[in-house]
Amino acid sequence: MDLPGRMCGELTAEAGEVLVVIGPNGAGKSTLLRAIAGLEPGRVRVGEEDWTALEVPRRRVGYVFQDQSLFPHLSALDNVSFGPRARGRSRRESDVAARDWLERFGIAGLAHRKPRELSGGQAQRVAIARALATDPDVLLLDEPFTGLDVSVQMALRIELGRHLRDFPGVALLVTHDAIDALTLADRVLVLDDGEVAQVGPPAEVAAAPRTPHVARLVGLNLVADGADLIAFTPDAVVVSLAEPESSSRLRWRGPIASLAPHGDAVRVLVHATPDLLADLTPAAAVELGLEPGREVWLSAKATAVSRYGARG
Amino acid sequence: MSGPRLGRAPAILLVPAVVAVALLVVPLATLVLDTPWRTLPDHLGSEVVRQALAITALSSLLTVIACVVLGTPLAWLLARVDFHGRRVVRALVLVPLVLPPVVAGVALVTALGRNGLIGQHLPFALPYTTSGVVLAHTFVSLPFYVLAVEGALRTHGSSYDVVAATLGADRWTTFRRVTLPLAVPGVLAGSALAWARSLGEFGATITFAGNYPGTTQTMPSLIYVALNSDPTVARSLSLILLALSVGVLVLLRERWAVGR
Repeated sequence: MDLPGRMCGELTAEAGEVLVVIGPNGAGKSTLLRAIAGLEPGRVRVGEEDWTALEVPRRRVGYVFQDQSLFPHLSALDNVSFGPRARGRSRRESDVAARDWLERFGIAGLAHRKPRELSGGQAQRVAIARALATDPDVLLLDEPFTGLDVSVQMALRIELGRHLRDFPGVALLVTHDAIDALTLADRVLVLDDGEVAQVGPPAEVAAAPRTPHVARLVGLNLVADGADLIAFTPDAVVVSLAEPESSSRLRWRGPIASLAPHGDAVRVLVHATPDLLADLTPAAAVELGLEPGREVWLSAKATAVSRYGARG
Repeated sequence: MSGPRLGRAPAILLVPAVVAVALLVVPLATLVLDTPWRTLPDHLGSEVVRQALAITALSSLLTVIACVVLGTPLAWLLARVDFHGRRVVRALVLVPLVLPPVVAGVALVTALGRNGLIGQHLPFALPYTTSGVVLAHTFVSLPFYVLAVEGALRTHGSSYDVVAATLGADRWTTFRRVTLPLAVPGVLAGSALAWARSLGEFGATITFAGNYPGTTQTMPSLIYVALNSDPTVARSLSLILLALSVGVLVLLRERWAVGR
């Protein structure tokens, strides 16, 4: 992929693979999907074909847009059959295929509803069915769960996971949610400022994140130390008012930015360099008299952190 | 009254508003009140009136058809295709909107008259024919239509066109199955505007097509002639035109209300 001025990098995916794309806002996640679909310029190769000069309708993609964008004047069935018909199949064939897809998503009973008569989850199922109905080589999903209720997200995530396992092509899913990466991905692609910051299996990326964004997503502290990165969990951090004495510890100092309950613990955000998270018991927090603005020391045992090269 | 009570409407706004209503309503009300109802059936039954009505009905219908057939693609081009000189084309297309109709008529004569630059090479004559009437009407109505439809096309933006393209639809399929259906309210509004403009068109028509009973004499031209000879006839004819335009606009409004 090579988008002039926006993004530069190489990425190769195998057929049948699900790639989850994460990264902060403006990292180029949506731009990547748009480039593959031909909505932005960029070099793209799929199988034996070079798509770079191919017009949008000729690229065999299925695109699930962030805002669903079902055609408002067409029924659910006609939305799904639109793709097959546009790609030259007969009306009857297309309707049969569309009905089949609606059935697979368990919404065949809603075939004749207009998009405005569908709930958010139902509409998103139609949108995904519509993208899959053209038998695309590449499936592109841009934050498909955004704006849905949490319970609906959960159900749809499980359902989508099933369809992605059956999907023979390459699937790319852009998300803000670590759980999508952990549950759906074969590989995670981390974008940062238009560059590929990290690619790897989800467990590996979650355990040894290379960008602050991913560290935050998986709830880890990430500190650069020369050529190395150090990652550790917030409960490995000890908070104290005086400078810790043991020399085997990594230590930081800074004012408390915020305190918030986190499960059974209290999670403290400290403006050190960089920002760090520490978990401690509510009793300890009271005993130390922690409040926003107060200067504290943070330390972590060298044995409780994982240390790895900044460039894999 | 609903809504919060913010106080009385001030006279400085109320008085001009009432004057505006009076200005718009009183002349039309007098037209209705002063109609010679007794002789109305005689006026309506006359050959010349029936001919003028038929020509007005036919030419306004053909004008709307011409606007839809020619104007819809133009509106699409202006709203969706980013070509060089688009702004210039749009500006030129909208000129007839502000052009005095008589000037439009003279321009048509210059171009398509019997001795016009283009007209002298045509194997058929347009001036002083019913086709000439339709041409003049289309010339003045088309900008209204294009403006309304382009606006409708822009309100939906091109996001659905993009979706259709990713599903494999070429531009014609997208236009037919997505863009146009979503722009139907604009097409109807534009048609109503074009139709109303055509119904009342006088200046360009009489300049380019003349005023021949049976071929080019429309209702407005007939009213103009009648006003000089028999004002009561002119008033009766005006009433018919008023009723026609109000009637069709009310009908169209109801259709939109259902469509929404």
